[in-house]
Order: sequence, then C-alpha cells, then structure tokens
Amino acid sequence: MSMLPQLFFGYFAFAIIVLSLLVITRKNPVHSVMWMLLLFFHIASMYLFLNAEFIAAIQVIVYAGAILVLFLFVVLLLNLKEELESARFVGSWPAAVLISGGIFVGLAASMLSVSLGPKGNFTVDLIQRVTHTKVLGQILYTEYLFPFEIASLVLLIAVVGAIVLAKKRMRSH
Amino acid sequence: MSDLFMQALTFIRSFGILGEIFIALLKIVVVFSVTLLHVAYATYWERKVIAHMQFRLGPREVGPYGLFQPFADGIKLFFKEDIIPANADKPIFYLSPVIFFISALTSLSVLPFFDGFVVADINVGILFLLAMSSLGAYGIVMSGWSSGSKYAFLGGLRSASQVISYETPMGLSLVGVMIMAGSLNLTDIVKGQFAYPTGAYVIPQFIGFFVFMVAMFAETNRLPFDLPEAESELVAGYFTEYSGFRFAMFFLGEYTGMLIMSSIGTICFLGGWTLPKFVMDALPFLYQVPAIFWVVVFLAKVYAFMFFYYWIRATLPRYRYDQLMAIGWKVLIPIALFNIVLTGTLKIMGWL
Repeated sequence: MSMLPQLFFGYFAFAIIVLSLLVITRKNPVHSVMWMLLLFFHIASMYLFLNAEFIAAIQVIVYAGAILVLFLFVVLLLNLKEELESARFVGSWPAAVLISGGIFVGLAASMLSVSLGPKGNFTVDLIQRVTHTKVLGQILYTEYLFPFEIASLVLLIAVVGAIVLAKKRMRSH
Repeated sequence: MSDLFMQALTFIRSFGILGEIFIALLKIVVVFSVTLLHVAYATYWERKVIAHMQFRLGPREVGPYGLFQPFADGIKLFFKEDIIPANADKPIFYLSPVIFFISALTSLSVLPFFDGFVVADINVGILFLLAMSSLGAYGIVMSGWSSGSKYAFLGGLRSASQVISYETPMGLSLVGVMIMAGSLNLTDIVKGQFAYPTGAYVIPQFIGFFVFMVAMFAETNRLPFDLPEAESELVAGYFTEYSGFRFAMFFLGEYTGMLIMSSIGTICFLGGWTLPKFVMDALPFLYQVPAIFWVVVFLAKVYAFMFFYYWIRATLPRYRYDQLMAIGWKVLIPIALFNIVLTGTLKIMGWL
C-alpha cells in the first residue's frame, strides 16, 4: 500500500516526459496539439496528486480549455500539406542542440544541490480541512497581494495592447 | 428493506478499499444507465413537444403513443453502415466522437442527484463541470477537421470560437452563486440554498441566472445558437461525414450535455433536490420522506429546463454569427461582471 504514491508519481512523471517528446516530434501539428491535450491532463493529475485541486481544475480550464483551443484554431488555419512536406530540421540545428544541451546539463547539475526549504504553516491536514481553494484565496489576497496585482496589471497591458493593434489595422483598411 | 440495504452496505465496506471501489463502480453503473434512459426519452419528448407546438402529432407508430421510438432509432443507428471518408485523418476521426461523449458522461460524476448520492463529492465541483464542458469542444473541433470536408471544417471552427466565447460568461455567471454559497462543492451549494430565506438562488441571483440561461444554449450548440450545425449553410456541420454509431455518439453526447446543463442550472439556481425551507416548515411531514424520493424533485426541475430548451427551439429562429459573438462579448460578459461586483459588495455589507 505504501508504494502506491510512488507508483502514481512515477507513472505521471514518466508519462509527462514521453508525452512532451511526442508533442515536439510529430510532423502533423494537429496531432501535436492532441498529445499536448493529454499532457495537460497528466499535469493536472500531478497537481491533484499534490492536493492542489483548485490548481488542477484551473490547469484544465485555462490551458486545455482556452489556450490550447486557440492554438488549435491557428493550427487548423495553416496549410497542413505544406507543413507535412517541409524538412524536419532547419539548417542551424547543431547550434540549437548545443544550446539546449548546455541548459539541460546546467539544470541537471543544479538538481544535485537542491535542498528543501523550512516547512510552512500550510500542512496537508490544514489544506484538506479548509479546502485548497479557500487557503489559496486567503494567502493570494493577503500575503501575496502585491505580486498578484502586478501580474494582473501585466495581463491588462497585454489586453489593451491587443485591442490597440487590432484597431490600428482596422483604421488603415 | 432499508435495513437490509444498510447491512449490505456495511458488509461491502468491511472489505476496505476494494469495497469502496465496488460501491463507486456500482454508482457509476446506476448513473450511466439511468442517464442513457433519460437521454433516450429526452429525444422522444422533444419530438412530441415540438410536434404539438406546431400542431402535429409527433412519433406514434412504434408502440403505444410511439413510446418505443427511441429504441427503434437506436437499433437503426446501430446497424447502419459505418462510412469513413477517404480524406479523413483516421485516428482523430475515430477519437473525436469518443472525446465528445466521454466528456459529457464524466460531468455526471460530480452531480448530486439527491442528498448523499453523488459518485465523486469533490470540493471543486463547479470547476470540474466547466473543465469537462471545455474538453467537449475538442470532440467537435477535431471531428470537423478530421473529416476532410469543408462543411464539417467550417462547423468545427464555428463551434470552437462559440464555445470559447460562451464559456467565459457561463463561468462568470456561476461566480455569484459561489460567492453566496461560499463553496465550490455542489452539495454545499444546494444545502446553502435550503438554508437561504428564498429557498433558491434564482431570486437574488437573477442576473446570473439570465446569463447562465443564454450561455447554456450556446454551450450545447442548441437553437437559437446552433451555428456549428446550421443545416441551411453547412449541411449538418461538424458531424456531416459521420454515420451509424459514430453519429449516434454525437447525438447522445449532445442530449447528455443538455441534461447536464439543466442539472447545473437546477443545482446552482433552483435549489437542487430540496424544496424551500418555508415550504418544508409549512408541511412538516415532508421531513419524513426518505432521501431517495427527493430525486423526483430534482428531475422535475431538470425537465423544466429541458422543456425550456424545446420551447425556445420551436419559437426562435437562428441568430447570425456576428450577432452571436456580439451578444456574448458585449452584453453577457459585462453584465456577468457587474453581477459579480454587485454580489460581492452586498455580501461584504452583509445584506445577502
């Protein structure tokens, strides 16, 4: 019985890696999007596994339900026949391999010196008793209010920028 | 009878985790089969209602009053030839009706049908329902694309933008209910309404209810917002190339989706399986009624929503596409946001 959490975690960690590889190696972008959908569900399950039920639900609603559908929308409007016949690698691929390999080695090396921080007030028991949504809301709107407001300001600027760009295009026509 | 039932339950529970899994499976089988039966008769009832609204008689040949018509339809669809278009992207063509149907059925698992009967009583029930309804959009979009037909493709694209646009007002319209109940758990929301003076959130949350009702039609692709399958423009929309049982999956999924939207409306705005507390206090013998009979109240409310679906279908013509988008973004989202601000302010002032 005590092996069960490790088993679950092992499955999700392994599946996330395999699915990410599938996403970036498919030639047909629509198939990539479908694998990515499955990937998002595995990531959501991982959050659920960590008792973060609110984040899990938001992961599916926002990433799978809104952002990925918009991706799909753009991909569907591409000319897929051209896409399928194009070469798999661009000319400068050795440089890309070098850079990403370097980043991978750096990250892997830094994994060795990871140390867990001190335990906070929010134990699993507390989160399960108060419910994750409530805990997250309380801490987000008190302790982390300032970063939260900055993040919303950044998003607002993006929205305003998109509208300004769209309006400019309309006027010039 | 109920003693025997409780004994059986304790016996199964004594097996520990295996017993719990067995009970969950049993609940899933019950919910699944009962829902499919309701879906079958929802189609029959729709044909009858619309027929009578148009001074016709509707189905009446198969069985008394045509009552066996849904089974005749099912058998016909099951034995029809399964045609796969040569242009189709096969894996996705096979997969998309399954995604559509499964996402509709999965939503059933968090709905409380009466006190204590819910397959999975999770804390983020409303969010789970919204997540599953957004997953259903993939079934539609991918079926449109994978068919390799331009009508199906246009239907799929229309559906994608429509569902994204109306998910936002639908989620926002439920925020008022979440604020009032102080919970995302559907059972807690129903209990909160029972304790509330009006007995249902539809009265204080009438703005949210209106937004929800409009968004409900768009989310399930029903008239007057059935643009993804507008037959005068797109043959049959996203499922043009589907036949036989694959088509039936879309059909069943659509009706299951309608039943789920009706259930969400019932649970969040009409008080679920409960009657208002003042009615219960006026008729105290109602407190003696066993929990299972309250499913009748729940179903009566759900079918009121279903009747509204049929009624609108028989009454209103289809909207134009730009009108649909304008209503979603320029009317529903602003008033849903206003409702959230209003509800939040009143809650802080202590007037709700």
